[in-house]
Amino acid sequence: MAKLLLDIKDLSIHYKIQAGWVYAVDGVSFILQRGETLGLVGESGCGKTTTGYGITQLLASNAYIKDGSKVIFDGRDLIEMSTVPDKKFPGYRRIVEYHPEMRKYRWKRISMIFQGAMNAFNPVFKVGDQIIEAILTHEDITEEEARKRVEELYEMVGIPKDRIDNYPHEYSGGMKQRAMIAMALALSPDIIIADEPTTALDVVTQDKILGEMARLQKENGVAMIIITHDVSVVAEMAHKMAVMYAGHLVETGSTRQVFKETAHPYMEALLKAFPSIKGEKKRLEAIPGSPPDLSNPPKGCRFAPRCPYAKDICLEKEPPVVEVAPGHFSKCHFAEELYGELGGEVNE
Amino acid sequence: MSDGEENRDVVLRVKDLKKYFELHVGMFKLWGEPIYVKAVDGISFDIHRGEVLGLVGESGCGKTTTGRLLTRLEDPTAGSILFHGEDIAKLKGKQLKEYRRNVQMIFQDPYESLNPRFTVLKTVMEPLIIHGIGETYEDRVEMVIKALEDAELKPAEEYLERFPHELSGGQRQRVAIARALVLRPQFIVADEPVSMLDVSIRAGVMNLMLDLKDKYGIPILFITHDIAVARYMSNRIAVMYLGKIVEMGETDEVIFNPLHPYTKALISAVPVPDPDHKHGRVEIKGEIPSPINLPTGCRFWPRCPYAQRGLCDVKDPPLVEVRKGHYVACHFAEKFAEGVEVPKKELAIA
Repeated sequence: MAKLLLDIKDLSIHYKIQAGWVYAVDGVSFILQRGETLGLVGESGCGKTTTGYGITQLLASNAYIKDGSKVIFDGRDLIEMSTVPDKKFPGYRRIVEYHPEMRKYRWKRISMIFQGAMNAFNPVFKVGDQIIEAILTHEDITEEEARKRVEELYEMVGIPKDRIDNYPHEYSGGMKQRAMIAMALALSPDIIIADEPTTALDVVTQDKILGEMARLQKENGVAMIIITHDVSVVAEMAHKMAVMYAGHLVETGSTRQVFKETAHPYMEALLKAFPSIKGEKKRLEAIPGSPPDLSNPPKGCRFAPRCPYAKDICLEKEPPVVEVAPGHFSKCHFAEELYGELGGEVNE
Repeated sequence: MSDGEENRDVVLRVKDLKKYFELHVGMFKLWGEPIYVKAVDGISFDIHRGEVLGLVGESGCGKTTTGRLLTRLEDPTAGSILFHGEDIAKLKGKQLKEYRRNVQMIFQDPYESLNPRFTVLKTVMEPLIIHGIGETYEDRVEMVIKALEDAELKPAEEYLERFPHELSGGQRQRVAIARALVLRPQFIVADEPVSMLDVSIRAGVMNLMLDLKDKYGIPILFITHDIAVARYMSNRIAVMYLGKIVEMGETDEVIFNPLHPYTKALISAVPVPDPDHKHGRVEIKGEIPSPINLPTGCRFWPRCPYAQRGLCDVKDPPLVEVRKGHYVACHFAEKFAEGVEVPKKELAIA
């Protein structure tokens, strides 16, 4: 099954604001195989959601994609397909809204679980009808057949069938999230992009939903990108992970590599600041300062002003991406020196 | 420790505290019994000097209401809150104002708990003016600067004239902490103070609160849904479920030897930031029932894998001390503590 599904190359998405540009996503590259789960982690405002939504180009109207960005999905460049060079801003491409071909990809092949499932359903329609509508939009089947599929999906995600004709407000939070997962699976997509799928849920419900997602992912062989701020969710769910900081991807690799053989100072700092219920209690170390303003990012490495290992070069020059071990990349001037030196493990 | 000593150490003693909210269900209010939401239903605990008590539980378990009762933002339906031995549950007027000077609260959302039109100086000085502390304006400014420095907003002078929108989330929460500290309170209720903050900022705010607790010995009731955060912050933990405390004890005793089936499930559900960690699946069924229609007997029985008909669904287990300082409200707590096997039952979800 190890077949390349998604190849993102040098993706840059910038937002035009009155005062200039916000460099939300800058030069992000990663690949995803079929059936693989990628955890995309970072703090708020680091560009993780923009990256995820950029794949299907569900972006705000002031978002522009830089020339040279590529999102190759199953052999086809989605950026080339549905964006055009912008006349006002040379060097940028504009997203064509309601692009007919893009719409065939959305949901049918790339589906999404949106942040805050509480609000993702329309409150005035029955939940089941909303899923049926999604199916009928893309497939030429009768309503009875679609309804039957919804029944199967409900069974799969663990909601009683008689709830199909309920309205969203009659569902609990966990159930809405399950229904959202059912909807994401409805058209057997190749990939599901889940944006903070369990952030609003209680811990017991979160555990059940994550377990459910892992099971469905295995059974259906669907690839997944989980966008989250919680490194422990990634540790539990993802085969590989990508760490974002201030619009840059700073470290990518298998989840084990990134956690156990950390190669970027930001990931190390993140792990040292994260409390755990396992192991001995140690004093957490806060990261000094705060993330940079992305409308005016620092010239060199974007983490340099907060980095304990920073030297002069870090403030001057943007670091290259270094492969420290097979499949394990770090965007740091001193990646090779620091690799193996960073104390990445939490509370052990 | 003798009883007398223990009592001197107790800052706050909560006894059988209850808060019922009356539900207004339209026309039906005209006849029949009123319907109550039993948000807090008979909880008792002590808070000692210099300790952090972590109050954990899922949403709707009553932990926030408990915090609001202790600061008297809500009036209790029944029960007592002894503050240095004096019952403050029914205080009014001047005495209540005096109590509120001694008890401060830090809220979850630093974006909403600060007035956007107040400068930092005005925000932190407001409590001093309300309580008439400080002789002159200069005295008060000095106290504000001291509080800001305590909250690690240094140099404090640079922050005085700033507005909340000019501050980051972490800085705002520090202003909220300074506002609570400026009155030199004897007790602080912190309601999810770090759950809105990013990981890199969160650790700093948590460390600050721990340092201030050590420096001034102010006890903190730390309310959170995040058990890893509660573990880091607290000396003791109390777990709430549907308005009751089901388990309470020393932090690591509760985390590593949970005796209540709900606590066990809650802790096994917490994700661990370690890809090698193998964790068992949660055994409990369903979701929290609505606090309007509470199950009879033990509130947890419809979801509990150990529930026994005729016992758990009839009799509400009291919170008893199973080991020294470790309290559990479960009919089988002693058996769990002794390691006796308790048969699991498959019960239909009510």
